[in-house]
Amino acid sequence: MLGSGVSREVTRLQELAYELRVEQAMTRDLVTVSPQHTMTEFQQVLRIHRISGTPVVESAKMVGIISIEDLIKALTVHAMDSTVGEKMTPNPVTIYADEPLVHAVSEFHRYGFGRLPVINRKDELVGIVTEGDIARLMLRQLEVDYRKEEIRRYRASHFFQDIVADQVAIVFGYHVVAQDFEGAGEAASNLKQNLTRLGIHPQIVRRVAVATYEAEMNIVIYTSGGEIVAEVRPNQIAVEALDKGMGISNIEQAMQPGFSTAPRWVQDMGFGAGMGLPNIQACVDHMKLESKVGVGTHLHMTFHTQ
Amino acid sequence: MKLNKVLEHIEGKAITKNVDLDREVQMGCGADLMSDVLAFTHNGTLLLSGLTNPQVVRAAEMAGVEAIVFVRGKIPPPETIALAEERGIPLLASKYTLFETCGRLYQAGLPSCGLFELTLRRWHDAFGG
Repeated sequence: MLGSGVSREVTRLQELAYELRVEQAMTRDLVTVSPQHTMTEFQQVLRIHRISGTPVVESAKMVGIISIEDLIKALTVHAMDSTVGEKMTPNPVTIYADEPLVHAVSEFHRYGFGRLPVINRKDELVGIVTEGDIARLMLRQLEVDYRKEEIRRYRASHFFQDIVADQVAIVFGYHVVAQDFEGAGEAASNLKQNLTRLGIHPQIVRRVAVATYEAEMNIVIYTSGGEIVAEVRPNQIAVEALDKGMGISNIEQAMQPGFSTAPRWVQDMGFGAGMGLPNIQACVDHMKLESKVGVGTHLHMTFHTQ
Repeated sequence: MKLNKVLEHIEGKAITKNVDLDREVQMGCGADLMSDVLAFTHNGTLLLSGLTNPQVVRAAEMAGVEAIVFVRGKIPPPETIALAEERGIPLLASKYTLFETCGRLYQAGLPSCGLFELTLRRWHDAFGG
């Protein structure tokens, strides 16, 4: 969904703003000037480094900040010989290197600054952070997240190729509770999601999901509960549905489309129209139905994946 | 057909929150029998149904149904809406009957989801051809 997709991205950006520290975004290569420099010398520094402002430092401690605006003011009043110490903004707003980025963002917003000097807990200047630095770091981090997701997807879809063994099988087991219409379908739903994560083709996933769901509903409706076990191999998926229910007395009859022994309340739920087993038949590549009256039913379903 | 066009043709409303109305549906299927839903639909189907219990959403999820329209002015119970929101399946509502809601969409060009091989075989057995 587009709407939720956008909000998810925003949430991730917000998370990043809390996770990432100022020191990860800041520039460490610092150009600084001392309070004794003249404004003419400061102008040279800006020109050479192509920057628009610098912190003012005296014996490792930050004493002020000076920007191109201060320079323009000095130019208009012909005060280029005055010192940086006279024209700078003293006691500037700073931010600690170990603070989360969101603090820097809110400081930018509060003061309308484009940059903030970064100090450590000993009040020594260690870097400078700009809005651009923050945007770049967040974008880079989103890209890393995206690559990780791509790698995860690739790994999922190449899961079997990456495993070297004579036999590989992943087994998913689910308990199915009798008469539980609220939870009915959870086994099939979970299996569907797992198969999708394993990179199985959507058409095959759909067939497995539909057949498993029908088998699950049969266990919920007609039995006292049972199990669904799916075994995923490189070239086939086998799903077994087992129950200790009343059993089916005439399997051939049960396989006929439209044949049903469902009570009225089941039909009111949209089931019990005698299409379950024929539907399963239509989805599988192979099926075997074994049942003993009074003992239970065992349905084997096989799907080829290649 | 995009969901916003679907809503326009059936004069319907969205039930679930944050429905992406740009979502496309390829075909329609009107059914109150969940086994029919599982048998007849394909990935990308718009399901139209008068049944509102949570199993409709489950069946839709298994069958790859893209969105569900509840007909005859039926509003599903909260558990159905909750499951649909969790599974990301948009729920829409139409005040018209199943017949009329389907008819409006079919007339507007939304095709049917086609025939089911098994029932088709029985048709041929009964009537030939």
